[in-house]
Amino acid sequence: MAQTSLAQNPREEVIILRPSRGWGALNLGDLWKYRELIYFLTWRDLKVRYKQTALGAAWAILQPVLSMVVFTIFFGGLLNVSSDNVPYPIFSYTALLPWGVFSKALTDAGRSLVTNRAMITKVYFPRLVIPLSSVLGGVVDFLFAFVVLLGMMWYFQIVPTASVWMLPLLLLLALISALGVGLWLSALNVIYRDIGYIIPFLTQLWFYITPIVYSSSEVPEKWRLVYALNPMTGVVEGFRWALLNTGTAPGPMVAVSAVIAVLILVSGMFYFRRMERTFADMV
Amino acid sequence: MDEIAIRVEDLGKQYRIGVTPERYRTLRDNLVQAAAAPFQALRSGRDPNGSIWALQGVSFEVRKGQVLGVIGRNGAGKSTLLKILSRVTEPSAGYAEIHGRVGSLLEVGTGFHPELTGRENIYLNGAILGMRRAEIETKFDEIVAFADVEKFIDTPVKRYSSGMYLRLAFAVAAHLEPEILVVDEVLAVGDAEFQRKCLGKMSDVAEQGRTVLFVSHNMSAILRLTDEAILLDKGRLVLRAPTAQAVDYYMAAGFSQVGERTWDADEVPAEAAPFRPLAIRVCDAGNRVMDTVRSTDPFTVAVEYQLDAPITGLRVGIYLMTMRGEYVFTSFDTDDPEQYERFGTRPAGRYLSECTIPADFLNEGRYVLGLNASAFRVKRFFQDEHALAFTVDAAGAPGMHWPEARPGPVRPQLYWRIGVR
Repeated sequence: MAQTSLAQNPREEVIILRPSRGWGALNLGDLWKYRELIYFLTWRDLKVRYKQTALGAAWAILQPVLSMVVFTIFFGGLLNVSSDNVPYPIFSYTALLPWGVFSKALTDAGRSLVTNRAMITKVYFPRLVIPLSSVLGGVVDFLFAFVVLLGMMWYFQIVPTASVWMLPLLLLLALISALGVGLWLSALNVIYRDIGYIIPFLTQLWFYITPIVYSSSEVPEKWRLVYALNPMTGVVEGFRWALLNTGTAPGPMVAVSAVIAVLILVSGMFYFRRMERTFADMV
Repeated sequence: MDEIAIRVEDLGKQYRIGVTPERYRTLRDNLVQAAAAPFQALRSGRDPNGSIWALQGVSFEVRKGQVLGVIGRNGAGKSTLLKILSRVTEPSAGYAEIHGRVGSLLEVGTGFHPELTGRENIYLNGAILGMRRAEIETKFDEIVAFADVEKFIDTPVKRYSSGMYLRLAFAVAAHLEPEILVVDEVLAVGDAEFQRKCLGKMSDVAEQGRTVLFVSHNMSAILRLTDEAILLDKGRLVLRAPTAQAVDYYMAAGFSQVGERTWDADEVPAEAAPFRPLAIRVCDAGNRVMDTVRSTDPFTVAVEYQLDAPITGLRVGIYLMTMRGEYVFTSFDTDDPEQYERFGTRPAGRYLSECTIPADFLNEGRYVLGLNASAFRVKRFFQDEHALAFTVDAAGAPGMHWPEARPGPVRPQLYWRIGVR
């Protein structure tokens, strides 16, 4: 009997449970094993959101479109903010797309552990699954809103540049930034519920330090790289450059932003893993 | 088949006091604490708040294919042990070694979303429990059939009856096929029919040669499903024995002595004479003196007393209060007018006044019994408002499928009609 069961189970899993201390390994293999759960949780969030709201998927379009209208009237019209020789509506809308992904992902990820506490205290799975799946949910909204952008480009007769292939990478950069910050916030939120109040305020401030209603060309040349320490600067300027052909390639800015985004992500993952073991006891 | 499935050595789990009751800290608390910490550290060494060991020095082994029961009172560390073994939380000391894939059922319906349909929830819940999509697909029909919800499979589960909801939730979990299954008190929810079904499924699982760790307050389920059991008390492993022996030990020795308060002659004030209280007890449906009674079973409160001389108009009664001092009720043995006439005058002697608290009445929690012996408008002979405390366990009570604390001292089984207008 033992022989056959051994034959059926040539590589039996052995799990050792013991107290861990200090900084642990990231153990990303475990995350890969649970990739289906990431998919299902992302799918659940989307499904529930679209089922429960009257306008459903239309929200993904309405939010950036209404913001664009207001910005165009006040910043583009009344304040006459420079928009790099591109019509102001499309100038701001192009920035609002990655910003929308980022701010939604950051907010959802930051709260994700607390909202899913019932699961955390009852079942084991790599906890990274939770903030990760809440970040991914925003991509679908982005795609809906992107269709509107294509319509606007057709209307304004703007042909995307050859660098349009960079868009997925720039989107990835926005997601990495959001996940990195989201990991820090979600882990901290388990311990300090103050984070729940900080998140809306943080995204609001972050909105203003990102070139959405204005162009980064307004920032003095020598400060641009410092300005790009905000990873969303590189993302937004990259989007405008690739789609609207605004001036020179923001290469150095994107590079600085990417380095910072990866730093935030890696540090966030390590911090998250370190705090992970107390989540079930504290959340 | 003497391979080891689970080996636990000197396992311990420490909780900081303050973490559990307060649930979470705020930044301000921490800043205050950080500012005060150096001084506290000087005074009392590390961890000024102290901490408790929910589990301490527990060692045991489970062989492959064995079904092991885990019993003990509330707070004995059973759930903590299961949480560690199912990797929900980390141990603070010792280590555990687990051979094989673990499926844990600490709760049925984890991650169920009311807005999603039955079909969607099966996939979601299956994924949360660690099943692959292909695995869920092959078992899908079986799950639906077991839950008996074919007609409603594409209806959001928020429209399900609680019975349907529970059946579906359990069905998903029951079709998880891990090598090691860790089950907490999941069978305590639902109606008798549902519990029978769950128990049947559990014994199937056990017969398939899987390793099962089974926690329950339901001694008959433990007796039926397991051959051997471990008994935990205050976080320590007290006994490992064949189940029948462990259950006897648990029911009899040491563990149920608390449900009684006795009075020695010198504890009773002189004014009480000629009334003399001897004992007050809480007894379960099987007439055993218990510290913990089940809310779904009736139980009795018995007052034993001595009258050294006849008393006219005597009433002996109890107050029931919550731990926070709210009265739940007051009741006297001569509340019934006929009874009052019959016992107009009680001659000297030894008496026992017993009252039955009905099933499905009290909510879970700890209660205090007070004792009063008086003759209305004549004399209060004796009163002790905190004579005895006991615990009510709500396993199986209405609404237990929502794992939340219910406010209010009573938890009656009420009849609800739901109609569409």
